[in-house]
Amino acid sequence: MKLYLKIWRQKDAKSKGAMVDYTLDGVEEDMSFLEMLDILNEDLIAKGEEPVEFDHDCREGICGTCSLMINGRPHGPDSLITACQLHMRSFNDGDEIVIEPWRAKAFPVIKDLITDRSAFDRIQQAGGYISVNTSGRPVDANAIPIEKEHADDSFNAATCIGCGACVAACKNASAMLFTSAKVSQFALLPQGQVEAAERVQNMVRQMDLEGFGNCTNTGACEVECPKGISLENIARMNREYLSATLKG
Amino acid sequence: MSLIKSSLARKYVMALSGLFLVIFLILHVTINLASVFSPEFFNEASHFMGYNPLVQFLMQPILIAGVIVHFVMGFVLEIQNRKARDVGYVKYNGAANAPWASRNMIYSGLVVLAFLALHFYDFWVHEMTYKYIEANPQDPTRYYAETVEKFAPVWRTVLYAVSFVLLGLHLWHGFASSFQSMGVNNKYTAGFKKFAKIFAVVVPLAFAFIAVYHHLNPITH
Repeated sequence: MKLYLKIWRQKDAKSKGAMVDYTLDGVEEDMSFLEMLDILNEDLIAKGEEPVEFDHDCREGICGTCSLMINGRPHGPDSLITACQLHMRSFNDGDEIVIEPWRAKAFPVIKDLITDRSAFDRIQQAGGYISVNTSGRPVDANAIPIEKEHADDSFNAATCIGCGACVAACKNASAMLFTSAKVSQFALLPQGQVEAAERVQNMVRQMDLEGFGNCTNTGACEVECPKGISLENIARMNREYLSATLKG
Repeated sequence: MSLIKSSLARKYVMALSGLFLVIFLILHVTINLASVFSPEFFNEASHFMGYNPLVQFLMQPILIAGVIVHFVMGFVLEIQNRKARDVGYVKYNGAANAPWASRNMIYSGLVVLAFLALHFYDFWVHEMTYKYIEANPQDPTRYYAETVEKFAPVWRTVLYAVSFVLLGLHLWHGFASSFQSMGVNNKYTAGFKKFAKIFAVVVPLAFAFIAVYHHLNPITH
């Protein structure tokens, strides 16, 4: 198939970027979206032009590195997948595809389609851990009984891969879904409850410092999340934060 | 102190002031409906609300403060949210993942705010002038006739009805969303949210019905 691509090109963080048009022929429907970009880059390199820089790593939907806004939606038109899992069969011959980087003040563009998502790392560092001493002694995993419902919810929250699609989708560039998933994954387990109050306050403080927007409960993040992280996590974080702050 | 500065606290303020205004709407629509079904009761209730010192000097200022807090915080959040995406998308398909009402709260809110200005001019300013500037004697029978007369012009009836549609859209997202902001998430949440959606349709429709009813049924002497 033949595609008309409109891609954001930006030399570096300080330069002003612009959309650039490319026509790409010979794209097969079995190619992944990133393979389509690889083909484009091979063409560009052959022509002596600068290839389009984009983030990618595992290419199997588990690392959270790929991050493309495709036709106005994070990770493209399909649900519950990352851009690397998107295949060209989701498009038609002659389609125009607009490809942009995540847009948020807290995710500045480094080059072309690559953004700096270290804001997420700093939120995680502010409290997304448990302080326990570990040793070589194996302890029975079932020594502390945990309700199945809590274990499931915690696991589901932990499936967040930190790709940033929630921020990209949100009209306010809010990081509440990410932060709440990281808060919830610990808050639901006894090991995480020791530092629960401190954790939620520190992570929310860091989230605010990074310059993300406020949550207006549109639910766009939940729809676009490749891992289906639920809005219930945001309600849990709101509850945890309120209770932690009121208790002082 | 951390509570005042945090983004979550601003959401709690929006949710709580919004819920407070929802409670006020229940009282308002109940009294207004009386103007259709029982003009006598409407006159009595309006007179009570207009002259009871507790309502006038405690509840009314709290209500006005609630409105101000809600819209000022709404503007603050909107400005912060716009700043959080300093470079916009060339193509952004918001309709693909969120309903219109949730994405346009600022616009539905602005229409409701503009409507409130007209509504205050129509009724509140009129009341204040009648009672405190002109210092007219109390007349417990005047309210029904005054209200019906207000809806004689088509333009005012249409403006009110259109504003109620926008109020409905604002409530459609806002009322249910306030539970989420306050962190309510239990076995009753689905029921709360369903009730909020029904409320968002029924209450604005009732307000619109009252305006249209009085326009179509003027007092003939």
